[in-house]
Amino acid sequence: MAELVPSFMLPSPVQVVQALISDFPLLLSHAGVTLLETFIGLIIGIVVGFGLAVLMDRYSILRHAFYPLVVLTQTIPTVAIAPLLVLWFGYEMLPKIILIVLVVFFPIAVNMLDGFRSVDKDTISLLRSMGAGDRQIFRYVKFPAALGEFFASLKISVSYAVVSAVISEWLGGFNGLGVYMTRVKKAYSFDKMFAVIFLISALSLILMWLVKLLQKKCMPWDNRKGK
Amino acid sequence: MNRLEARNITFSYDNKVNVIENIQLSVGEGEIVCLLGVSGGGKTTLFNVISGLKHPQQGEILLNGEDITGIPGRISYMLQKDLLLPYRTIEANAALPLIIRGVKKKEAIPKVNPYFAEFGLEGTQKKYPSELSGGMRQRAALLRTYMASNSVALLDEPFSALDTLTKSDMHRWFLNVMEKIDLSILFITHDIDEAILISDRIYLLCGKPGTIADEIVIREPKPRRSDFNLTDEFLQYKREIISKLC
Repeated sequence: MAELVPSFMLPSPVQVVQALISDFPLLLSHAGVTLLETFIGLIIGIVVGFGLAVLMDRYSILRHAFYPLVVLTQTIPTVAIAPLLVLWFGYEMLPKIILIVLVVFFPIAVNMLDGFRSVDKDTISLLRSMGAGDRQIFRYVKFPAALGEFFASLKISVSYAVVSAVISEWLGGFNGLGVYMTRVKKAYSFDKMFAVIFLISALSLILMWLVKLLQKKCMPWDNRKGK
Repeated sequence: MNRLEARNITFSYDNKVNVIENIQLSVGEGEIVCLLGVSGGGKTTLFNVISGLKHPQQGEILLNGEDITGIPGRISYMLQKDLLLPYRTIEANAALPLIIRGVKKKEAIPKVNPYFAEFGLEGTQKKYPSELSGGMRQRAALLRTYMASNSVALLDEPFSALDTLTKSDMHRWFLNVMEKIDLSILFITHDIDEAILISDRIYLLCGKPGTIADEIVIREPKPRRSDFNLTDEFLQYKREIISKLC
């Protein structure tokens, strides 16, 4: 029977697995670089997002001033700004990390701000009647109240972060899964293309699962709800 | 001597229309005093002033003779909603007032634990609020209130969100706990039966702006008969209140 699609263009799952196995050590070293960028970007993004959320919650002037700008940064397409970042900051890790930070801080900031502001006014009055100051109200009420939103946005952020790292690597770099991808694409190795796509999905899934695990650890009250 | 005294309290939100005017009231040692009035009559506003959350335009609040007008953190406050923090265990919720005052959590929790039995909360220490029934949550909220101040507590319709059976259960429980601890209570309600049932004295808050229209002393000894709410005396009190309540 004649092939509808030549097998080199749409490899069978077996071929993909074979490619994955044969290139595994190389893939791992590239994945290590991508993951490192992802982690650094995530951590900086979380710190920036959290800091912005705290400031915007505390000072309404800052909220009115920054919130529209924060939203505006999200209308800029990642794909459009990534090449600029490469031109400005070179082929090393920096432009990748900046891109990840830009992608990650937004969901964190917006969701945590919502979480802070979702706290019942009566709860705040109650704590004030106990003599609590702003810091104590933040620590005992607002911060734990926003944790659920934080983890929800972190789950989105990790997968965005991995994808942003890969996109950024496409556009220029020495190492990373994105670099590997552009190389195998140029060699028309479709099996390896699929292998790396699966690897990226798997990494994102593992990261999301880790976030879920962390959430269970940090929010023990949430686990008992259904019981 | 009076534990709590409010002298000539007048308050308005916009400096034009007074919400409450010339409020004069006192709560003695271990006394349960009720503030009865229609909804929107300024009861909660008065509580906000007494607890120090709002500063009155006129008048002063005295706690054991000391002027605490506008100073929060001295008198504890409990609302209709239990407002237990869902992310803290019951013991950590009850210990919160101590922690806010600067006691370390490790030291605060042992201080709270002995009261769990007295408040009928035995075994709930490590549970989260979502695992308790509404009645139990209000008990925990009262324990937290007691930890916030062992002198005077303001209760703003604490049982009004509960169903009738749970409510009468809670009344019995409440009076029972009050026998054991030394706490003066100022209690808001719009439920006349509840007011007669649990208080030593009732202030009627009437009119616009809200003023104290009358004061009624309930001369029924404590602990109260279980059928007190079916007696003629009870009905007489009720009639008197209804006739005086505007």
